[in-house]
Amino acid sequence: MRSTVTSVWSLINRFLEWFGDLGFFAWQVLRAAVRRPFEGRELIRQLDEIGSRSFPLVALAGAAIGAVLALETRSSLVQFGAKSMLPAAIVFSIIHETGPVVTGLVVSGRVGAGIGAELGAMKVTEQIDAIEASGVNPYKFLAFTRIVACILMLPLLTLAADFSGVMVGWLANTLVEPISFHKFIHQGLAGTSFNDFLAPTFRTSVFGLIIGMIACFQGMRTQGGTAGVGLSATSSVVLSSLFVILADVILVKVILVFFS
Amino acid sequence: MTPPALEVSLPVEKSGAASIESLATSDAPAIALRGLHKSFGSQVVLNGIALNVRSDETLAVLGRSGTGKSVLLKLIIGLQTPDSGSIRIHGQEITRLDLDALNEIRKKMGFLFQHAALYDSLTVEQNVAFPLKRHTKKTDSEQRDRVKELLAAVGMESDLQKMPADLSGGMQKRVGLARALALEPAILLLDEPTAGLDPITSGEIDELILKLQEEHDMASIVVTHDLRSAKTIADRIALLHDGNVLIEGSFDDLAKSTDEFVSEFLKRDS
Repeated sequence: MRSTVTSVWSLINRFLEWFGDLGFFAWQVLRAAVRRPFEGRELIRQLDEIGSRSFPLVALAGAAIGAVLALETRSSLVQFGAKSMLPAAIVFSIIHETGPVVTGLVVSGRVGAGIGAELGAMKVTEQIDAIEASGVNPYKFLAFTRIVACILMLPLLTLAADFSGVMVGWLANTLVEPISFHKFIHQGLAGTSFNDFLAPTFRTSVFGLIIGMIACFQGMRTQGGTAGVGLSATSSVVLSSLFVILADVILVKVILVFFS
Repeated sequence: MTPPALEVSLPVEKSGAASIESLATSDAPAIALRGLHKSFGSQVVLNGIALNVRSDETLAVLGRSGTGKSVLLKLIIGLQTPDSGSIRIHGQEITRLDLDALNEIRKKMGFLFQHAALYDSLTVEQNVAFPLKRHTKKTDSEQRDRVKELLAAVGMESDLQKMPADLSGGMQKRVGLARALALEPAILLLDEPTAGLDPITSGEIDELILKLQEEHDMASIVVTHDLRSAKTIADRIALLHDGNVLIEGSFDDLAKSTDEFVSEFLKRDS
């Protein structure tokens, strides 16, 4: 009994310690962010790395979701005689929830692992020390640029996922029962306001902040050689995915309160 | 043994850095360490170490593995902070500086890491240009010229577009050396410059360091296990033992020592 209490207490302690370290890391990044130089070139490189290179995967994931939604939802709606609701169900579902969450999780996997492994390898091979020794702030050069790139690119990637999801949803629907794209979109957007689109899309900026911050933090605190790098990559993906899901639950509630 | 140089205290604001150029012309030693302590958990690595390095000399720091030689260099450049003690660079205390002021000091220090620590996503040219891009107002073509000049000095001028992964250990050390010299540092810190290299390449690196020291007037600290290398490139040698300097002087001073550890160290390494 005592050993169970001790291990639970130790787990809580480690969790609180991790949060404290993350808070300190965020503070260092924030302090570095407001000082010159602003590392514009590195930011552009990261926007390309995180944005353009994630685009195909995110678009593909969005397309898959669109196809699955169209095929799965159709049979249910037909059963209830609400087949005409299909475009609205697909578009609303993708724009409101599936597109943002799938984008967040896909980017957590691709970008989170990439940042965690890259910075982890840089840490264990003293490249981060070399940056610091040359008088450059690594919190700004490495972390801030990646975090900002994640914050800026997530909404754009979400738009890509939404677009390909809706397009493939229409295609899948048309294969079963032809409908013009114009009519599909018209029916899909009926009863949908701009807020239904804006708030869910921009909540992915918060996902970007979470992914960038956690991946950079885990990468820059790597210890223990190549095994440590693997651990950082894995923990970056696991933790950022977990916190993206948690943030999604909280943000859905916030959006319902403020935008409905 | 060389008597310690007189340490000069300059008035220093708590968080401000005096101009390194003005400090470099003062009579203060380039590097002055006093009572430096550093522990990791219960392991005491440095135990009140004191050292001076003049602005035109090369000091080799020898010692067994785990005696804190690399830690000493990282303390000097501010990558780690001491538990207590003083580190003065050209008379300026750096342990109390804020990050911006410390970065100003770092710009006048070059550091060659044990495994070169080249940025593996950048080419050789971009690696050497990294400090120039961030700390100088040189145009792109001026930067390119400077990079070529630096790489020519280390015999790597034909490898501008190679990636670090395509270079041998010796070549990486050369590029690392070129990067360390990019901002014309007043102080050069070399962490195991010949570690892991074959004897011929080690000899070439030693000759290169000697040549660069002749061409550039700077203070250097070389951390090494390689006694032959230390004898070749250093004006003075300090042997660390139990977290402190056991003996400090010329190679002949060490050779004449009757201390059992010194004799054993020289015998094993020769």
